[in-house]
Amino acid sequence: MSSIPAILPKDAAAAEGKVNVQINGTWYRFPKGTRIVDACNSVGAHVPTFCYHPKLSIVGSCRMCLVEQGMPPRLAPGAAPTYDENGYQPISWMPRAVIACANTVGENMGIRTNSKMTEEARKGVLEFLLTNHPLDCPICDQAGECKLQEYTADYGRGTHRFTEAKTKKGKNLSIGPRVNLDQERCVLCRRCVRFMKEIVGEEVLGVVNRGTHNAISCYPGTTLDSNYSMNTVDLCPVGALTSKDFRFRMRVWFLKSTPTIDVNCGTGTNINIWTRESKVYRITPRQNDEVNSCWMPDSHRLNYKYINAPERILTPLVKTDTKAPQRPATWDSALNLVVEQLHKCAPTETAIVASARMTNEELYMVRALARQLGITKLDIVSRKGAGDNMLVSEDRNPNTNGVKMILGKTGTGLNAIRRGVRNGTVRFVIALGEDLTSPEAGFTKEDLEGLDYLLTIHHSENETTRMSDVVLPGVTFAEKYGTMINVAGRIQRLNKAIEPMGEAHSDWAIFRDVSERLGCDCVKVIACPTPMMVLEEMAQEFEPMKGLTWGNIGNEGKVILNTGVTIPLIERTKAKN
Amino acid sequence: MSEQPNAIDALTAAKPSPGEKYFPKFEVTKELTEEAAKLVALYPEGKEQSAVLPIIHMIQEKHGYICPEAMPWIAEMCKSTPIHVAGVVTFYPGIHTSCPGKYHFRVCRTIACALSGGEELMAYICGKIGVDPASLTDEHPMAVSPDGLWSIEPVECLANCGFGPNVMINDTLYSQVTPKMIDKLISEYSKKD
Amino acid sequence: MSEITYIRGREPHPRETRRIFRNIDREGYNPSIKCFMEDGGYETLKKAIKMEPADVVNEVKKSGLRGRGGAGFPTGVKWTFIPKGNTKPVYLVCNCDESEPGTFKDRFVVHQDPHQLLEGMIIACYAVQAHFGVIYMREEFPEAAKIMQNAIEEAKKKKFLGKNILKSGFDLEIIVHRGAGAYICGEETGLINSIEGLRPYPRIKPPFFPAAIGLYGCPTIVNNVESLCQVRQVLMRGGEAFAAEGAQRSPGTRIIGVSGDVRRPGYYEIISGSITYGELLYDICGGPKRGRKFKAIIPGGASAKVMRCDEVLKDRNPDGTVREMSVFDIPLDLDSIAKFGSMSGSGGVIVMDDSRSMPKVLNNLNRFFAWESCGQCSPCREGNPWMLKLSTRICEGKGSPEDVDLLKSVADNICGRTVCAFGEACSWPTQAFTTKFREEFLALTKPINALKAHSPETAEARKYLIRED
Repeated sequence: MSSIPAILPKDAAAAEGKVNVQINGTWYRFPKGTRIVDACNSVGAHVPTFCYHPKLSIVGSCRMCLVEQGMPPRLAPGAAPTYDENGYQPISWMPRAVIACANTVGENMGIRTNSKMTEEARKGVLEFLLTNHPLDCPICDQAGECKLQEYTADYGRGTHRFTEAKTKKGKNLSIGPRVNLDQERCVLCRRCVRFMKEIVGEEVLGVVNRGTHNAISCYPGTTLDSNYSMNTVDLCPVGALTSKDFRFRMRVWFLKSTPTIDVNCGTGTNINIWTRESKVYRITPRQNDEVNSCWMPDSHRLNYKYINAPERILTPLVKTDTKAPQRPATWDSALNLVVEQLHKCAPTETAIVASARMTNEELYMVRALARQLGITKLDIVSRKGAGDNMLVSEDRNPNTNGVKMILGKTGTGLNAIRRGVRNGTVRFVIALGEDLTSPEAGFTKEDLEGLDYLLTIHHSENETTRMSDVVLPGVTFAEKYGTMINVAGRIQRLNKAIEPMGEAHSDWAIFRDVSERLGCDCVKVIACPTPMMVLEEMAQEFEPMKGLTWGNIGNEGKVILNTGVTIPLIERTKAKN
Repeated sequence: MSEQPNAIDALTAAKPSPGEKYFPKFEVTKELTEEAAKLVALYPEGKEQSAVLPIIHMIQEKHGYICPEAMPWIAEMCKSTPIHVAGVVTFYPGIHTSCPGKYHFRVCRTIACALSGGEELMAYICGKIGVDPASLTDEHPMAVSPDGLWSIEPVECLANCGFGPNVMINDTLYSQVTPKMIDKLISEYSKKD
Repeated sequence: MSEITYIRGREPHPRETRRIFRNIDREGYNPSIKCFMEDGGYETLKKAIKMEPADVVNEVKKSGLRGRGGAGFPTGVKWTFIPKGNTKPVYLVCNCDESEPGTFKDRFVVHQDPHQLLEGMIIACYAVQAHFGVIYMREEFPEAAKIMQNAIEEAKKKKFLGKNILKSGFDLEIIVHRGAGAYICGEETGLINSIEGLRPYPRIKPPFFPAAIGLYGCPTIVNNVESLCQVRQVLMRGGEAFAAEGAQRSPGTRIIGVSGDVRRPGYYEIISGSITYGELLYDICGGPKRGRKFKAIIPGGASAKVMRCDEVLKDRNPDGTVREMSVFDIPLDLDSIAKFGSMSGSGGVIVMDDSRSMPKVLNNLNRFFAWESCGQCSPCREGNPWMLKLSTRICEGKGSPEDVDLLKSVADNICGRTVCAFGEACSWPTQAFTTKFREEFLALTKPINALKAHSPETAEARKYLIRED
């Protein structure tokens, strides 16, 4: 006869607001209200799902997540519950499997994800999903990241039992400017429908017909043209919705994904960049519940083409005479030339136009350079646009907060610089990562022509670089490490996904080399081998960054400033829960 | 051969039917809008979407079927979206997306009626009204006679199983129907104006 | 009350007890409120509305009344599932989407005696304190929708409906909402979605138990037409009196619809458990047609498992001894037949005699279920067409013996794995037919068919490989 523990596990768990759940024979504790699927996944008992998505309403229609479940036996009136030596009640297993997505854990609940019943249920459901599936995996873009494929490997029979004619539906349908639909591949999980309705608030997708003819569709004449349409492609567990941009371009298993952040606006959407060798093939959102949930706008997602564009500047370009055309140079000679020229510029007549698209580390180096040269005319180009009340911020610069903290600038000084250029008090300009002729910067070609000296660091050719005396090739966000601070004051990391194009150098390293050659004697600057070290340097100086290291920022970032700015979509999601 | 519309465009592709001459064409009028508003008002506030089916029934009664032009209008009336309305319209077999004949046969084919000869009756009616039974498929369950006067559609259980075979002509149910009765009904109906 | 005369040729059988169907086929009776009130109509409402709502619920609980839609859930208990301390409006929906093949009972109530339903419904609404009621009328009853609408107008004029009913302070609006021909709308959550104007996909339970989260997210009670009429009977006769009559666990009368191969198919209202299936089919319905023998019975609507008439069933006597019996010896109540693997469901009895091919009957049912599957969840959406294709192929003589096992296996894979009870409804017939009449299925198959192509695509692919026969 075994004794019962003095404190029953159920009481101990209840004190923490938790319940005891037995998963595959082992007891765990989970907070009340945890979904069975989340509970199982968190302890490594993987539950396959198609329709379940933590950010969408639960429909429970794919039936893939069936698990065997049991509860303590229902007691006869007056009977006392029995406990084993560990203080748990026996579990009476239910005769039929339940879905793990819609049900939450309960006290003394038992779950089996590896039992015969569970296995049979999954096998059965999977077989049904495959009956009318076209099995065109060799040419399907989803191949390699398809849940149907994945689960077929886990639960497939290996042979076909379905030998009848398949249901025919629409194929290769354009449902929007960026998304294609194949109705036959669809498993009707309705994630896309729910996303458009619940997150975007536009009911453009729906299910039509019934029974086996059920199909996802949009209404003729309306298209899935929302700026968030491509999230449906990410959500689609199979190859029914595919991205027109990525279609047939690369097998996903050749791609390497690098977690980093988007630099198209101040939100700093967390993303993965998918690359093969030195080419970027696509960008997908990366979950961060404090920044972008699981989503990202199409406009940002598709703005990566410039990384591998022919406009990229691959070597330093110099002009040896004002009238001469630019010609390629080696880094060594270009840097020497720059140093020589900078020495000639009177600091009071020199201005630096920096960019809020730079990382904190780059900005820090810019500040060091400006101080070294004694330049005080320094500001950035601010970019404003309409916010979309979702994820696109009004601030179209990704690091305005970093600029504010490090340079103490907000872009208001740019007017003075422009005036100075026009009235001749500014004769030398250093343009860093900005095209001065862009509408936001507001310089004209004539302004630039009138300058005595123009030095540019930029990754791609533009009007400013063409008119520059020296162009040093920098890199895009995909080619560098660094940190930025988003509108909500969260510092986040950029990771290098590909090596710099051609002979381009990371911008921070260029500044370091220029500083060094200018005669800077600060060991910390000239000996700095990585941007991570720059970060640590900054952490010493700036109060909000105190204690920060590259490692402890993590992939999700850290809030270091209280800006009072929030991200509308995140606020809405939080309010819903 | 003309190109088939794709699976999405097919939702609103015109499906001409000879039955159309017996029904007025769908047109948004003040009266129609008022009638729809009345139906919407039957449901609690903020639940306008509930009126989707009632409005569909109203239009179908007047115009015979739900034409492509009607769907966006219905959506507007019940504060819904066209794709939602299309989803509802294409779900229910009782909602027609092409015009039935003036007199619409619904022949029960479910077990009890089938046991009492429903399927043979179906073939008989098809022959009488000049419709090819093979043209009736899951995707196109309704066929209209060339003169537009008749249409036929196999349906599932009409809930009069003890008295099969059952046939509905428009809103009227006929039970224990025989070929002889069909002959009589067809001649009676064709005499109606 | 005066003696009731019925239309000639439609008199009730002497073994019937007409309560709900009292006025069906009655000479001189019409759906007007006048006829109904002359027959004592709305007197029960007058009585009930003076009671406390909780007492009405208790009376129904005491009566042991079980829902008549098919599942047989105790009506009074269902009503108590409305969460305590609920502050949202409560809705009551009358399920008049009678569409289970073989069931035809509600049709007569709504066509011939609409006020009976209305009175029952008003009482039920009062009991659960619902101020908005919906009668979900199936599309195939267009005339009934008009009759019902008219009855509502009449009742409003007499103050049985509307504001301050019978000066009790209780308000109630009832509307008729027409379906559009979908079997799945008989499933209560599908029905609720249909009323909400959505595609009538059934909802997952949990969390969407209608009594807690139903129509518009509010507590909603869904009751079948006959159940609501029985509620009126309960209040009229008293809960205890109701409970005392008929089978102990399913008291009251039941309306049985008999269709198929019997001499006198039709509807019969009998006291639950007072007769056996044998008495129903031989005594009341006149037995099999000339020269035929009964072969199979589907005892509770198309989705109930078929029973073989020549099967020897074993039951235990109270003293523990085993006795042998046939399906004809099973009492006609809600539970008795469940012991033998089927269900009495909605009371639709479909009978087949020895002239019938069971694979063909199953194929007809499979077509029904494949056509009516809403397509929301994977097993049902994909499984039903598969079963239909298999049974069609077997019926056409293109099946192999393995296909019979496959057919059963597909049904097993649907059963218990779907969002709603449709999964059971569609798989039970196949499971039962292929098990109980396996020899008939096998007789239609040929082993060589296993090697043949069953779809145009495979035929094309195998053109050069397979010799036909």
